Amino acid sequence: MALTTTLGDSAGTAARVAAQLEARSDVRGRLFKFVLAFGLALTLAILVALVIGVVTDGWSVLTTRFSSFLSSGLRSSAGEAGVRQGLQGTFWIAIMVTFLAFPVGIGAAIYMEEYAPKNRLSNFIDVNIRNLAGVPSVVYGILGLTIFVGLLKRTSSSSGGNTLLAGGLTLAVLVLPIVIITSAEAIRAVPSSIREGAYGVGATKWETIRHHVLPYAAPGVLTGTLLSLSRAVGEAAPLILVGAVTGRLGGSTGFFEVGQFGERFTAMPIVIATWATRPQEEFSVSNTAAAIVVLLVFVLILNSAAILLRNRFERKRSGR
Amino acid sequence: MMPMTTDPSPGDGSGDQLGPLVLQVADVSVFYGDFRAVRNVDMGVEENKITAMIGPSGCGKSTVLRSLNRMNDLVEGARVEGLVSFRGVDLYDAKVDPVEVRRRIGMVFQKPNPFPKSIRDNITFGPKIAGVPKGSFDEIVETSLRKAALWEEVKDRLDASALGLSGGQQQRLCIARAVATGPEILLMDEPCSALDPIATGRIEELMGELKHEHTIVIVTHNMQQAARVSDRTAFFTTEVDPNSERRTGQLVEFDRTDLIFSNPSDERTESYVTGRFG
Repeated sequence: MALTTTLGDSAGTAARVAAQLEARSDVRGRLFKFVLAFGLALTLAILVALVIGVVTDGWSVLTTRFSSFLSSGLRSSAGEAGVRQGLQGTFWIAIMVTFLAFPVGIGAAIYMEEYAPKNRLSNFIDVNIRNLAGVPSVVYGILGLTIFVGLLKRTSSSSGGNTLLAGGLTLAVLVLPIVIITSAEAIRAVPSSIREGAYGVGATKWETIRHHVLPYAAPGVLTGTLLSLSRAVGEAAPLILVGAVTGRLGGSTGFFEVGQFGERFTAMPIVIATWATRPQEEFSVSNTAAAIVVLLVFVLILNSAAILLRNRFERKRSGR
Repeated sequence: MMPMTTDPSPGDGSGDQLGPLVLQVADVSVFYGDFRAVRNVDMGVEENKITAMIGPSGCGKSTVLRSLNRMNDLVEGARVEGLVSFRGVDLYDAKVDPVEVRRRIGMVFQKPNPFPKSIRDNITFGPKIAGVPKGSFDEIVETSLRKAALWEEVKDRLDASALGLSGGQQQRLCIARAVATGPEILLMDEPCSALDPIATGRIEELMGELKHEHTIVIVTHNMQQAARVSDRTAFFTTEVDPNSERRTGQLVEFDRTDLIFSNPSDERTESYVTGRFG
């Protein structure tokens, strides 16, 4: 006979159990959740406010003379000044950082994680690289001034070493520790089962790294490089020390002209900082805001490219 | 090469001579740093037979298995003493390349570990890095998958990700991947422990077929499995080292499977196979 009888006095027991099982008010939990949501909302609100503020301030410049804003260089007259030279400098700095810091940094990370023996020396090096990532950027500026500008002084007389190349090298060195650390973390996160599988069918260490470890670690590595690039493109202090131009930058160099690397230069953060301190409101408010918008868009484009690439690797990895 | 007699145990007269040996293990101990994980193993692996290694946890079975194809090289501080010889060649000789060893002595792991790539790429990776011409890849893929009894299930989706397969299918893919390099020996480290009974049964069937072309050495926690599939069985146990309080594994008995399970020479073996301890 199937179980049809319930235990005890059904009505009373059921009511008692129902009361026990009833949800209690979790004030602390709800408060905590509210605080977290509030924090998120506040952050987003600040970001949105910043963006709106900047777009509003720069609206007039961006809408009335957008193309001349992009194509003109530094001028003393606010209505004619533009970000071309700043964009050019920032663009090539981004290129230099990409082609100098990333291969070296990722290579160093691969060596540290895959080849270096785990001993006190390698530990020591690891700790020091982490420390380097925390060094203030102005210190890298001094480093760049002493070493790169000093070295390049001998090669080109006119710029006295304060060249685009020196700027790019300085920023590449600045982001190198970050690239190394994030890449190393990504490589460390590759499951050992994948390596074992590769070794198990007779792969050499390099074959395992190239065909399995790196593709698997690619999303993490790309995130790290993305962060580094955005950081490099936004730094002003090191560029000031390396001698980026704040006033007029004479001579119009073609965008792809090789000679510009040996010439004086400027970059977006410098342009923004300079205009922001000018007395005329046309500079300090409108032009500055417009330049900020241009820089934001530039960074956004870089980020999107990197995110697309990262997503592609992630899809490959999870097999979709 | 002299056929090896069974591991000497007092009063042991059982077991016949081993057939032609493909692997010989003589007085092998494996160390991790200072710690001796397993000591003085003497056994032989016969060609085209299935040799099982059984015993409780921590007795060094996997360690010994991994030393047969130099997978222990990957562990920092691991060291093998004694002789592991493959068709008369000392595998730990300085001139021997572990990469080449692993192409001829393949391995299937406990938890299925297919590469996060397509089914086809999983199988062709080994041959590709071994320099096999691309033209033969399609044939290798089909042969390997048929050998692993997986062809019919995946032949229409060879370019789909291996991660979309079930656990049992993934393990069969790992077996296909291992046979794709044409190894003479297949080492299997508890290949069914992560699988359900049906998948386990299929893989055991598979082993029976694979042994015609390959030699198989299997580590298993499941002694009924060893009894079902293997021709020879090696029973390991641990002993506590009085100095360090750590457990060192040792080979207790190595004999024909039917004898190990019906008439073992050592009482420790008997306790284990009758389930008195595990």
